Amino acid sequence: MKSHVWRPLYVVLLIIGAVLVARKILVPSDFGIGARGYMYGWHRPSNEEQWKEVKVKYRTAEYCKECHKEKYDEIKQSPHANINCENCHGPALGHPDDPKTLPIDRRRELCARCHFRLEYPTSGRGHIRGIDPKTHNPGLECVTCHWPHDPRKAGHAPAKSAAATPRSWGGSLSASQASGRTNEARRGAHDIA
Amino acid sequence: MVHGEVWTVKEFFTYPNEYIYWTIQIVMYPFMTGLVAGAFVLSSLYHVFNVKELKGIARFSLVFSFALLPVAMLPLMLHLQQPQRGIEVMMTPHFTSAIAAFGIVFSTYGMIVASELWFVYRKHFVEEALKFRAIGERSLGQHLAHLLFSALTLGAYDVSHEALEADERAVKKLAGAGIPVACFLHGYAGFIFGSVKANALWMTPLMPVIFICSAVVSGIALCMLTYIITMEIRKFLAQRLKQKYPQLPSAEELKSAETHVVQMTAKYLLIFLVAAITLELLDLIFRGYTAMKTWDILRNVIYHRDFVNIFVIQYGCGNLLAFMVFLKPGLTVRRAAFGSCLVLLGVFMMRWNVVIGGQAFSSSLSGFMHYHMPIWPDDLETFKEGLFGALTVAIVPFVLFYIINKVMPVFKDTH
Amino acid sequence: MISRRNFCKKSLLIAGGMSIPLAALELFDPKRLLAEKPDGKKTRWVFLVDTHKCVGCGFCVKGCKTENEVPYDANVTRTWVERYVITKDEKTHIDSPKGARDGFEDSRIDIGEGRFEEIRNEDIDKAFFVPKLCNQCDNPPCVQVCPVGATYQTADGVVLVDRSWCIGCGYCVMGCPYGVRFFHPVYHVAEKCNFCYHRISKGMKTACVEACAFGARRIGNIRDPNDPVTKIIMTERVNVLKEEYGTTPQVFYLGLTKEVK
Repeated sequence: MKSHVWRPLYVVLLIIGAVLVARKILVPSDFGIGARGYMYGWHRPSNEEQWKEVKVKYRTAEYCKECHKEKYDEIKQSPHANINCENCHGPALGHPDDPKTLPIDRRRELCARCHFRLEYPTSGRGHIRGIDPKTHNPGLECVTCHWPHDPRKAGHAPAKSAAATPRSWGGSLSASQASGRTNEARRGAHDIA
Repeated sequence: MVHGEVWTVKEFFTYPNEYIYWTIQIVMYPFMTGLVAGAFVLSSLYHVFNVKELKGIARFSLVFSFALLPVAMLPLMLHLQQPQRGIEVMMTPHFTSAIAAFGIVFSTYGMIVASELWFVYRKHFVEEALKFRAIGERSLGQHLAHLLFSALTLGAYDVSHEALEADERAVKKLAGAGIPVACFLHGYAGFIFGSVKANALWMTPLMPVIFICSAVVSGIALCMLTYIITMEIRKFLAQRLKQKYPQLPSAEELKSAETHVVQMTAKYLLIFLVAAITLELLDLIFRGYTAMKTWDILRNVIYHRDFVNIFVIQYGCGNLLAFMVFLKPGLTVRRAAFGSCLVLLGVFMMRWNVVIGGQAFSSSLSGFMHYHMPIWPDDLETFKEGLFGALTVAIVPFVLFYIINKVMPVFKDTH
Repeated sequence: MISRRNFCKKSLLIAGGMSIPLAALELFDPKRLLAEKPDGKKTRWVFLVDTHKCVGCGFCVKGCKTENEVPYDANVTRTWVERYVITKDEKTHIDSPKGARDGFEDSRIDIGEGRFEEIRNEDIDKAFFVPKLCNQCDNPPCVQVCPVGATYQTADGVVLVDRSWCIGCGYCVMGCPYGVRFFHPVYHVAEKCNFCYHRISKGMKTACVEACAFGARRIGNIRDPNDPVTKIIMTERVNVLKEEYGTTPQVFYLGLTKEVK
């Protein structure tokens, strides 16, 4: 007589059983407690390997050095020594196979990241010499007058007048110094030697 | 636009990744589970504590609680960025997270309510199954009905006096066991917010208790409101069909029964309303008194930006005005309906003020975020997390209730 | 005949016992419990930020986005730089335009909704930059609140997200006091800085460390007493963010002041 009160319980057990079966099928078999315990380590361990296999994009200047030693040496003895090549040229990825060439970003905004003058004496920023991009030759690429691999040297275009000559560290460059960089220093971007 | 960007406006300093991620659906979720828990508690007041005057509404609220259950899941499904993985909460629950409790609590509660409903309606299932079996040539509809009711009997066809008494005892036990589970169902929702130390507004041990009290309040209010509306429909039908079916109760009979039930229910509503408002005010006063580092920005949000939402709508309309409406002597059905609407508005705003209010200020404590709920759905995201998604969630329980009522009629044997 | 009390007891026992997923029984596996002891680990990654050296160029943010495939135009980022300008009237002005993805292109403070605040140079008392990234906390609240075990901490201290398991509930995003988590705009799951796990596991440095030309960012292994980063952390006056939350963050700051949020 009273046995019928158990019937809902049987249905419940059936549902729980179904959930456990579904769990066996749907949950990866290695899912469990990791080295950091249940609170911080409840996961699928194979995911850790998946994260380690993400493709590396930036190879660092030490990689660029293998083929571009000249440019590497030039920049390393300049005030821009600590800037990674890839900061301005983008990630190396599979270069030289893919991509065959890396972009050369000559936009003013790139240089302005550091050289937009901000009067912050309590920060390293305050020690970087800079300009106001709105007033300092607006529209003109910085590399016209400044050589990024060694900012002590002049840019692509020879200086036509003293006003257009960038100051060097010790004093102003003479016109010949500004315009007549050696061939070595004026290596085109496509040469790698 | 990243998720959250389209409806968030940031002011002053906020962390770059901060947007309002928990939106209207996360407001709807505790609101719906609150209604579930409240409806169940109301039903249990009759079954467990033998408050005989509530018999009329007890069966009603139990069925409504069951109709609300799948709807409680709906806002979560609409909110999840990967809803198809929602089942993982049952498969690999991480119990250090309050949300993981959802799988266990929800299923347990669902099974208790379903079992209780089975015991309550078993006699009806048996009668219907036998009725359809007696029909010789069944149409397709009748055949399906026969299958349905036969399955629902679970093979227990004994409707003798002893068997029905066994059913009643089981109902009592389940209703008793269900009360703590219903409290847990909504208490854990409060814990979800109260345990987030990163959010200054949410972090308080009072949150689970506040949520439970306001949940019960909202459940009672909704049941009372739906009951009143349903009774209006029945009274209307009774007058129309009185000639054809003289055995139907008269409109006057229905009305007097209704007034009595409503007045009793309103008493319990007030008890829980007092508890809810006490705790909320306690939390507010404590925060202002202790004035921790976060108080500066919280004060700005509570007393300035969200002033209308909190003090005018939630406390003013939803609590104070509702209080006066219910306490004035000679409570009529119409006034009770109005009061229930106010209470529901107040409880909804409480959820809104917690969820949205908690994201109105940045974790930097130096900036604000405004939530502009998407009104018109331009794409799937603004539908799911906008007004239309919320309306869908609000309407579905009534649709389900209508359907379930066909299988488990709420007014049979009571009116 | 079974008594009422026994009926209740038995049914609750069965229902309650069966409803615990079998996986939870692993909790009580003694071998696993032993493995939880935090000793004998060879590597524990830590980070050092020097706010004196940061110039706010934003190359770290750009490098991180490229290395970790977070869309450049999306207004979310695994790491960012904040600018603090404290003026003579004791007001603190803070901004981080697009997370400093393009550096700081304006001397005016970005206060949102397209509005800017002018600051006169003569009013500046202090101004500095603070890079931020995931602290890879020793007690990560984000991992604690994940309902499905999609985010976790590795043995060497890095907190990772399993993109194939995350349900996108956002609890971890809400749980992080530092605001480092967000939803990835392409994968639609939780995302955050992971110390370039694919790089440090190969002996390389993180993308942001390589990109920083000023030495403001450094990564090291606190278990290696010879690591220069470890030496600085042990001997110099370093601080961490929001210590009161008990998260034990593992990103250490030199020059962190009370204004930093």
